[in-house]
Amino acid sequence: MFDNLDQVPGKLGYIDAHGKLVHALPDDIDIAWLQKSYQHLVRIRQLDKKAVALQRTGQMHTYPSCLGQEAIGTGIGLAMQDDDVLVPYYRDQATQVLRGVKLWQILQVWGGDERGNLFEGVAAKDFPNSVPIGTQMSHAAGIAAAMKSRGVRQAVVANCGDGATSRGDVYEALNLVGVWQLPMVAVINNNQWAISVPRALQTGTRTLAEKALAVGIDGLQVDGNDAVAVYEAVRLALAKARCGKGGTLIEAVSYRLSDHTTADDASRYREASEVTKAWQYDPVKRLQTYLHDLGQWTPAQEQALLAEVKQEVDAAVSAYLNMPPQAADDFMAYVFADMTPPLLAQRDHLLARLERDSVAAGVKPDDS
Amino acid sequence: MTVKNATKKNATKKNATKKSTTKNTKTKNTKTKALPPQDDNVHVVTLVEAVNLALRRALSDDPEVVVLGEDVGVNGGVFRATLGLRETFGYKRVIDTPLAEALIAGISVGMASQGMRPVAEIQFMGFINSTVEQMLSHAGRLRNRTRGRLSCPMVLRAPFGGGIHAPEHHSESTEAMFAHMPGLRVVIPSSPTRAYGLLLSAIRDPDPVVFLEPKRIYRMVRQRVVDDGQGLPLDTCFTLRQGKDLTLVSWGAMIHETLLAASELEQQGVAAEVIDVATISPLDMTTIIRSVEKTGRCVVIQEAPRSFGVGSEISARIAEDALLYLRAPVQRVAGYDTPMPYPRNESLYMPSTRDIVEAARMTLESA
Repeated sequence: MFDNLDQVPGKLGYIDAHGKLVHALPDDIDIAWLQKSYQHLVRIRQLDKKAVALQRTGQMHTYPSCLGQEAIGTGIGLAMQDDDVLVPYYRDQATQVLRGVKLWQILQVWGGDERGNLFEGVAAKDFPNSVPIGTQMSHAAGIAAAMKSRGVRQAVVANCGDGATSRGDVYEALNLVGVWQLPMVAVINNNQWAISVPRALQTGTRTLAEKALAVGIDGLQVDGNDAVAVYEAVRLALAKARCGKGGTLIEAVSYRLSDHTTADDASRYREASEVTKAWQYDPVKRLQTYLHDLGQWTPAQEQALLAEVKQEVDAAVSAYLNMPPQAADDFMAYVFADMTPPLLAQRDHLLARLERDSVAAGVKPDDS
Repeated sequence: MTVKNATKKNATKKNATKKSTTKNTKTKNTKTKALPPQDDNVHVVTLVEAVNLALRRALSDDPEVVVLGEDVGVNGGVFRATLGLRETFGYKRVIDTPLAEALIAGISVGMASQGMRPVAEIQFMGFINSTVEQMLSHAGRLRNRTRGRLSCPMVLRAPFGGGIHAPEHHSESTEAMFAHMPGLRVVIPSSPTRAYGLLLSAIRDPDPVVFLEPKRIYRMVRQRVVDDGQGLPLDTCFTLRQGKDLTLVSWGAMIHETLLAASELEQQGVAAEVIDVATISPLDMTTIIRSVEKTGRCVVIQEAPRSFGVGSEISARIAEDALLYLRAPVQRVAGYDTPMPYPRNESLYMPSTRDIVEAARMTLESA
């Protein structure tokens, strides 16, 4: 059972829970990088908070919070190159935003509108987040196989949670990465809980990273609450993958400070004291402390950042709330490249129903 | 009411574009070769050999096409559908995968999303079930959930059906399962020429296609197939035999028994029209309804279990759209709602020519 996140042996970490260096920082990490990374952690945390609030006030549907796990997506997103491809699961908001997905698109998806998946630019070939657990890992392996087959120096990052590692899909995909030496980096967000089932009840292995042994790829465990550690691990794994040296499994050890989704109540199955304790490992606070102790983050900078992020998130909420509705028949128009005769007939049916209902609404103005 | 009207309106549109069964209504997806067939392009082949020819042609024509699956490489497939392809196209394009069906479907989704054209083989339809999550939750939804940003032009091939005394789980006909899934095409050839043309069109289609090959007739007949790269239209029934008295509708291996039944009925002075549905989903009801409007009688023949099948859908659609043309209730000839028996009892399960003739006689005698 979850006890102390810092007690995981052999785990890669640079900045610990107290904001102290436990390892010299990698050469490419400078103050500007740390500040950028911190700003993104704050941005995602504020977006996440707002998304939950929108759901609580009936303005958005079920939303999976990434509270406490922002460093994983931030590290991944900063490590990826533009021509890499991301195959995310549903707690990868931080990575997606670094790939150019708009904040309002994150809200749009969880607000029930497929257009939130219309990613552009760098993310144009990225997958939308996968809801069926673990199934995305084989898509990633297929994309990696396509890259390898085309001989391009690109790689795929695919993410899943700790619960997903119990699924055959994840093993099948990782096994292919091993046997075909595919340019794929799989990152497990081990946030200790798969809804109500703790990590200890998912598998008999001591770590999730060691599952890499079974498929013949490198596996390592990193402190998932340390953006530097996640970044460095993913960056090195991607570099290795791009030059044809195969895939890597990275277990990013973190903690889900939130409920599973807004439809969940984690107090039913875990002690409040456990969550309180896990807050000590907060990825945001530790980076702020580290920068502050270096004299590289002042209260004034913090205030300015919060104001900037608030403006950004408010603008996203406004864009989300004011987005024009989809055409009524949009949900039929993209099933196939061209609408099939049965769908064309069903579209006529839909439009006739809407016409009927609007006429009916019109003739009964005083229904009450 | 609105559905019916809409169907009719649409039917008119479809009639206008479908003059002949060999003309592709989805022309933009079907590359045709203008060259006249040369002698070395003419092959007299079985259905499984026609599949091989189509795969060979697709691999030659389009560098994005890859063939993948269990034992498809060195071994040439357990039915030899991919025979010789590895030698010609190499291991990068004819790929032996690990033994993992969900993975085969899943990596095909990934490859297709990046513009490749994976043609994946599942060794037997009895083992296709672990691909269902990938096909239903991903392949059939990718275009829709990304509003056209990503698409999934993959083909999932599998031999299906019984009658070859195969072991347990090697004889299933679960085409209706895939036909029920939005966003997928389900295509079933019933002859070497249609196997060649339909598979080419399936590979060129911009959306995922489940291509089911009736293995009982894999080697039953040989036909002249011109390997000219010409696809046959998807989403369209093929009328194999004209007749005014009764409509027989089937697909896959049961077309064999259906045609035999039509010959037998002819000897009894009954002219049966035989329709090969070919694309199970989306279903071309226009051809079927037009025929039923003419004959007033219809028998639907399927090897799959009787209930909740493609035959049920066709019967329901006839009731919705052509009830007043019917002179007798629609009959269904089908397998039983049981697991496929082991080989010793297989023949008890399989619909026969006699069953079809008998059902036809019932419709003829009922009014």
